[in-house]
Amino acid sequence: MAPIVSIRNLTKSYATGFTALKGVDLDIEEGEILALLGPNGAGKTTMISIVCGIVTPSGGTVTVAGNDVIRDFRKTRSIIGLVPQELTLDAFETVWNTVAFSRGLHGCRPDPALIERILRDLSLYDKKDTMLRHLSGGMRRRVLIAKALSYEPKVLFLDEPTAGVDVSLRKDMWQLVERLRASGVTIILTTHYIEEAEEIADRIGVINHGEILLVEDKRALMAKLGRKQLTVELAEPVAAVPEALSPYGVALRDDGTRLVYEFDRAGERTGIASLLSALSQAGLRVRDVSTEQSSLEDIFVALVGEGK
Amino acid sequence: MNLEAIRSIYMFEMARMRRTLLQSVVSPVITTSLYFVVFGAAIGSRMQEVEGVSYGAFIAPGLIMLTLLNQCIGNGSFGIYFPKFTGTIYEILSAPVSMIEIVIGYVGAAATKGLIVGAIILATASFFVDISIAHPFVMVLFFVLTAVSFSLFGFMIGIWAKDFEQLNLFPMLIIPPLVFLGGSFYSISMLPPFWQAVSHFNPVLYLVSGFRWSFYEIADVSPVVSFLTVLAFLAVCLAITAWIFKTGYKLKN
Repeated sequence: MAPIVSIRNLTKSYATGFTALKGVDLDIEEGEILALLGPNGAGKTTMISIVCGIVTPSGGTVTVAGNDVIRDFRKTRSIIGLVPQELTLDAFETVWNTVAFSRGLHGCRPDPALIERILRDLSLYDKKDTMLRHLSGGMRRRVLIAKALSYEPKVLFLDEPTAGVDVSLRKDMWQLVERLRASGVTIILTTHYIEEAEEIADRIGVINHGEILLVEDKRALMAKLGRKQLTVELAEPVAAVPEALSPYGVALRDDGTRLVYEFDRAGERTGIASLLSALSQAGLRVRDVSTEQSSLEDIFVALVGEGK
Repeated sequence: MNLEAIRSIYMFEMARMRRTLLQSVVSPVITTSLYFVVFGAAIGSRMQEVEGVSYGAFIAPGLIMLTLLNQCIGNGSFGIYFPKFTGTIYEILSAPVSMIEIVIGYVGAAATKGLIVGAIILATASFFVDISIAHPFVMVLFFVLTAVSFSLFGFMIGIWAKDFEQLNLFPMLIIPPLVFLGGSFYSISMLPPFWQAVSHFNPVLYLVSGFRWSFYEIADVSPVVSFLTVLAFLAVCLAITAWIFKTGYKLKN
């Protein structure tokens, strides 16, 4: 199946000379949830803005459902929803009116029943006649989502949807994303909460300094890059790693009280058993053993760190 | 053509007018009434007729123009500046709407508001002085063309302005002198020859003169020249607006 969003060699340089994107290639499959991870200033928002038509690219092409985002902007923008990062709303409009406005702007006929359903889904219905400036930050975020859903987009961009949102609302948001996916909406979200990507994404893309460092299936990524670590706590500290343990590449930590061994859990043999027997042969007494799995966060930090 | 989008933008802007009824409608009516009290009743009663028309009636078209220009520039500029200022412009830029549709929505609403307020001022004026309209069709034509071109002009200012200071530059500092020196309150034939010549470089003179001709058939310049001036101004505004959208000037990076 052809990807629903296809980005080819996309570049963007600003008049100031700053290059936000350096030749990005990215395919987004229909119906998936793709999380784009990257530090601030990595180019996430610039990329989304180009797909949505807010920023003009310097080079490259973007197609959405086979249509070019510049030449066939009417077709692409009708099926794209955008929830921006900033809480930009008209202060003096009511919740209902601003959502109805978004629907009209996208060329859809008024549909009060649909808007009521969206507002109820987002627990905003009892606030429908409230002026936007009287809403809390979390509610404004939900209004922005309601606006983007008002014209039933097929592709939804969520730019930092849970930035500054409390834990319970974040969980609500994740459930909403799940429901949308179930209804067939493709979702692209940017975040720098690794936990968020780990929780809801199917695939994860890492972007930094205007380049996509990798795009992988989440599980494959975790398995591929997810190193496990075995920490052996010794009863008596040692001054140096014993000769017998050198083939294992263990490292000595904490003044010689701990030995750390890294292994690949996806590998055929982890080497743990032979390491432990080598330890006892070397005459080292073991007090405790623990293993740790690297999280997406460690993977991310490692990747972004390499780029520096 | 995305007609729903045009309707949405238009209705959104008109709703803003309803919310600010006091400053949109009541304030210009009071201001104009004050002009009529001061110039029409107090000073005008001691003045001779100007070119066969009582002074109060003579200034009515100029006052309507003054209000129309201010309203159209103010509404046209604010309508597009405010989304830029708050950031809600993202929605307009990412919607399936073309430049033409955006302009029709914003400029149409600004012109409508200007026309409504202008009509109210005309009604207010007729309450103070006797007003006759010799050429109603020409009057409406001038009225509508001026409203559209100055709303478009306001729209351009709204896009160009980077802060509230620049936004207010035209309505506060440039339009009042042009209107006051454009023969709104006098016939330029009353001026010394040098200032008469200078006045011909003032575009507002042509507007006021043509508009007044449609009422009383008196004019400082030929109504045809006035009409062509308005059309030329409209054409220039359209061309600049087209360029703005083509290049994304101050709207898109």
